[in-house]
Amino acid sequence: MKKMRQDEIFADIKAVFPEIQEEAGSGAAVIPKDLLLKVARYLRGEPLAFDNLHCVTAIDRKEKIEMVYILYSVSKRRALTLKIYLSPEDLNIASLASVWRSADWLERETYDMFGVVFSGHPDMRRILNPYDWKGYPLRKDYTHPEFIPKPRL
Amino acid sequence: MNMSQTKDIRTEEFLINMGPQHPSTHGVLFLEVKLDGEIVVDCTTHIGYLHRSMEKIAENRTYTQFIPFTDRIDYVASMNNNLGYVTAVEKLMNLEVPERAKYIRVIVAELNRIASHLIGIGTFAQDLGAFATPLFYCFREREKIIDIFDRICGNRLTYNYMRIGGVQFDLPKGIDETIKQFIAYMRPKLDDYDTLLTYNAIFLARSKGIGVLPKSLAIDYSVSGPNLRASGVRWDIRKEEPYLVYEKMEFDIPVGVNGDAWDRYKVRIEEMRQSLRIVEQALGALPEGDPTVKAGRIQKIAPGEAYMRTENPRGELGFYIVSDGSTYPYRLKIRAPSFSNLALLPELVKGLKVADIICVLGSLDILMGEIDR
Repeated sequence: MKKMRQDEIFADIKAVFPEIQEEAGSGAAVIPKDLLLKVARYLRGEPLAFDNLHCVTAIDRKEKIEMVYILYSVSKRRALTLKIYLSPEDLNIASLASVWRSADWLERETYDMFGVVFSGHPDMRRILNPYDWKGYPLRKDYTHPEFIPKPRL
Repeated sequence: MNMSQTKDIRTEEFLINMGPQHPSTHGVLFLEVKLDGEIVVDCTTHIGYLHRSMEKIAENRTYTQFIPFTDRIDYVASMNNNLGYVTAVEKLMNLEVPERAKYIRVIVAELNRIASHLIGIGTFAQDLGAFATPLFYCFREREKIIDIFDRICGNRLTYNYMRIGGVQFDLPKGIDETIKQFIAYMRPKLDDYDTLLTYNAIFLARSKGIGVLPKSLAIDYSVSGPNLRASGVRWDIRKEEPYLVYEKMEFDIPVGVNGDAWDRYKVRIEEMRQSLRIVEQALGALPEGDPTVKAGRIQKIAPGEAYMRTENPRGELGFYIVSDGSTYPYRLKIRAPSFSNLALLPELVKGLKVADIICVLGSLDILMGEIDR
């Protein structure tokens, strides 16, 4: 099956949501935070049919936290990466668990590791760390008495 | 006794804890199961008992130093994990690997896939009460693969064999004969499994129609690997986004029909046959040359990010690596296939009997080391 090119997918989304920007380098679609649910529902439906939310994660860039969503379409054979820039002061974002069910655990892991709170998530608990754990381990400013960074080469 | 009194008697819902220390949970998995008699009403999964914070560790290791950690993500398929990681780093670096290294990687990855599936089906049969015999048969075959790996890289479980830019050692002399002997040995063994286990009446009764996973639900939960294919989705990264030399290899993607526990088992058996085909072809076409580029021990990678997914025995293993230009990954995300495959367990077991939880769990072939990382 012929794959839809990345720029064709972009052109399609941009026609509906002109606010979406393409990130230089990674080629990800950067979307405004409040549009997330709308964009997600649009991508899920026809004609784009992104039926598989493959991976959700975050990157702590210190001045901002980047949310990363990797989407695939199994039926149409195509891929797309979404990004959202969050300010570290406001880590609230809409949950996609109502759109893709795989978002449930993937968002829980992101909450556990980065402290991003997903509003509308059915079960917002920690998942890998103990339920009473303090702090968010994958944040760059995280410290723990037993965690000693190795000297850099 | 007055019969009118009995209608007030009802059964209470009953909560049992299965795990975290339980022989059938394939590691330290804790299931909180709510029962009505013997029927499962609800199931809550608690994970994280094996959490080793690999992603945090990665930020404090150089790219090469992290390779031994990938062995321990999915410790029964270390070669495939090595492969997933080094190809992701190579994608980030835009590094082309020598042809010989690609073929060697394909050979060891497919052999490891067979070894991993053997554990998968062996423990599955064990879970269903086929006590010890199938598991021992599977381990007997797996032992031969481990002996091959022992000769190739000196290790039996955590191989640490792949390097950024190639593999650690070239294949030892005479190993191709040993692998060919293994292929000739393994093919009839797979037919044996079919006659002993696959169409065994008790085995069929325990696994047919249990834990049916419909196609749409599987995709919605981002299930991957044999579990997804058992639901009838013809989807394999080796075909969809071919890496290494998979596009030159001739093999089929086995798919299931009903998406039940038996289909998931059957797909694994068929995949082993296909893997043998791939190993045979790769051995035949193995080019001469140096199996590694001299990339240096410490890589400084230009700022950027890359996501690479490979077809692991358990599904799609993804590495998302962000570089800030230093010798250490700025962020490394491991997308583990079993994590998504386990997420739907409560969905599958609702309405089944207690013993069927074990059946469904065994057929999903999860591995806790990978889920908790």
